Amino acid sequence: MPVYFVVLAILGLTTIAYHYGRKRALTVSASSNHLHSLPHYYGAWTAIWCSIPALAVLVLWLALQSTIITNIVIADLPSAITDLNEQRIGLVINDIRNYAEGRITSGEISLGIAAAAKHYKELKSLSRMALVVIVLAIAIFGGIMALRLISPDFRARNTVENIIRGLLVICSSIAILTTIGIVLSVLFEAIRFFDQIPITQFLFGTEWSPQTAIRTDQVGSSGAFGAIPLLTGTLLISFIALLVAVPIGLMSAIYLSEYASARLRAIAKPILEILAGIPTVVYGFFAALTVAPFIRDSGGLLGLEVSSESALAAGLVMGVMIIPFVSSLSDDVINAVPQSLRDASLGIGATHSETIRQVVIPAALPGIAGGVLLAASRAIGETMIVVMAAGLAANLTINPLDSVTTVTVQIVTLLVGDQEFDSPKTLAAFALGISLFLVTLVLNVIALHIVRKYREQYD
Amino acid sequence: MSKANIYAIENPVTHQPGWIGSRVQEGSENTASPYATVGNIAVPNPRMSARSVNVFYDEKQAINNVSLDIGLNEVISMIGPSGCGKSTFLRCLNRMNDTIDICRVEGEITLQDENIYSKSMDAVLLRARVGMVFQKPNPFPKSIYDNIAYGPKIHGLARSRSELNEIVETSLAKAGLWDEVKDRLTKPGTGLSGGQQQRLCIARAIAVSPEVILMDEPCSALDPIATARVEELIDELRQNYTIAIVTHSMQQAARVSQRTAYFHLGNLVEVGETNDIFTNPKHPLTEAYITGRFG
Ligand SMILES: Nc1ncnc2c1ncn2[C@@H]1O[C@H](COP(=O)(O)OP(=O)(O)O)[C@@H](O)[C@H]1O
Ligand SMILES: [Mg+2]
Repeated sequence: MPVYFVVLAILGLTTIAYHYGRKRALTVSASSNHLHSLPHYYGAWTAIWCSIPALAVLVLWLALQSTIITNIVIADLPSAITDLNEQRIGLVINDIRNYAEGRITSGEISLGIAAAAKHYKELKSLSRMALVVIVLAIAIFGGIMALRLISPDFRARNTVENIIRGLLVICSSIAILTTIGIVLSVLFEAIRFFDQIPITQFLFGTEWSPQTAIRTDQVGSSGAFGAIPLLTGTLLISFIALLVAVPIGLMSAIYLSEYASARLRAIAKPILEILAGIPTVVYGFFAALTVAPFIRDSGGLLGLEVSSESALAAGLVMGVMIIPFVSSLSDDVINAVPQSLRDASLGIGATHSETIRQVVIPAALPGIAGGVLLAASRAIGETMIVVMAAGLAANLTINPLDSVTTVTVQIVTLLVGDQEFDSPKTLAAFALGISLFLVTLVLNVIALHIVRKYREQYD
Repeated sequence: MSKANIYAIENPVTHQPGWIGSRVQEGSENTASPYATVGNIAVPNPRMSARSVNVFYDEKQAINNVSLDIGLNEVISMIGPSGCGKSTFLRCLNRMNDTIDICRVEGEITLQDENIYSKSMDAVLLRARVGMVFQKPNPFPKSIYDNIAYGPKIHGLARSRSELNEIVETSLAKAGLWDEVKDRLTKPGTGLSGGQQQRLCIARAIAVSPEVILMDEPCSALDPIATARVEELIDELRQNYTIAIVTHSMQQAARVSQRTAYFHLGNLVEVGETNDIFTNPKHPLTEAYITGRFG
């Protein structure tokens, strides 16, 4: 019986449980005409006890069954096999599984493995049956126990409230735990990288050339993993992008919220926000095919040496891309500044622009800073535009006319194609990932700090 | 008595000789029906004077042919049921209505014989001469010091830091707030109590040395004690400033003002000495309002 039949059965039982819970509540209260909560709370209480424990056991079972079965099978294998190293055992187990399920195996199957496969198959079907029986038993048992607890004085309403709160807590912890899990897994891979490459080389090295020999007999560069060129490249491009986006975004936000008529605003704001909806790859080829050649040509006219892929091209286009992040958020916070503050300033004889500069913008500053930092983390994390317009050359430079590369671009190039997952080249991606994460984290902490400081001063 | 009935009453006293503002009819080419105000709208030597003012929000008329003088160093209060146009009229006096797109003002308003709606008058500079205090205290989210220094800085009233300090101190002192805040000038103005905030706003208005101060229900968000404190302050300020105050409290009008103007549905119904208005209202609408039959 496939798993979803079990789930359906539990749901069916739950419906029945709800019904009986309600009915029982009505029955037990019929004589005294007194019931602590409304009848449907007793229904919900019974339904919860019928479904949640059963579903929890189901999930746990499915999560653990394959590991447990595999372990049992391994324990029964002859010691000739169990003494092998981990990788070989993994291979054997794969063979067992594949053989058991009738798929292709790696070469001839020995008698021992065939026996193990049979064992495996038996255990698996046993586990299936046990699962169905046990889970349904739990559902029925849970429902009945809940039914038996129902009495006129039983506080079903409060109990259900608490259970719901518990469920909400669990859901939010899932989000948090997932984040922690991702960070930790990246961190562990990064640590494996630092086992092979000293962290000082990574942090302070000024050369980045991750190509290493894949096989020992291959001739190849030995690899250099200094992240400094990548970080400067990232910061350079983000800086150029912010240089474009912050003034333009802020000014257009001010125009839209303070000067534009309601009709113009209703048209212009959505159009501006479309900028954020353009796929970055479109920006990318716009940058690579239009902006970069334009910059190279006009640089050439001025007698400047401009490489055909430049940080400037990528930064400018990225700046256009993040304008809406700045403008839309700033527009919202500027609109949220109370009209009474503007009236106060105008009423004292300040002009419109003095009012904006000295009252509206300072009052809106925490929100604007938030928008800018959001745009900044977007710029730091942006990949596509940089791949296409800024090149792959890890030059250590702050000259915007040179080609540079960024952390995200290198992560991509390290991980695309066939990779060996324990070479420093691949693991370097995780080290870069964790550094990127740390940079954005620091940025966010600073942002929060600024915002909080203003709050204290101004509220 | 319902509102409709009150409105249906024709002015029974408009034809009493001597009571009609004599200048109302002068040059009245306005399209709106003339409404004759009871009482003397004119004073000798007025600081501001409004003649035949009509105000429209889009097509809706909010002020109908109002003429009124505001005398030198007097406190004039404007009372009337809500929505009758008191705030609208007050905001005409410093052209704050300019900031509302749909608002249109007709008629003539002068400040010291200068037409404030003429082309040569800069609305921004006018607002430095005719200051305003709003219904809800609205200090800037800045320090107490910066709240007061804001106006003088914008208008370049202080040439040095010490001059600015002096302006801040005297303004706060005139608003009766100096002793309470002198040790916390760098603290945010929004951290003060409601009454203190309103006095801070008054000090902020005073700091640019206006000739007239307009107050739109300045005490409606304050508790009785803070209200009493602000009323005292208004009385003191009368020595140096002309004050027009909108209030919904008749007791307040009686306590602080020398003259009172009663507005009803965009019309200026009656104006006169505060004592007269409250003890001996001439117009039935005024009487109905101050005896509390509607409001
Ligand atoms: N910004 C505005 N836009 C449109 N109509 C307005 C606006 N402000 C006031 N009004 C209208 O003008 C009339 C007078 O309002 P207001 O001057 O605020 O009255 P008061 O201050 O006496 O309560 C009301 O009918 C009100 O609806
Ligand atoms: Mg009002």
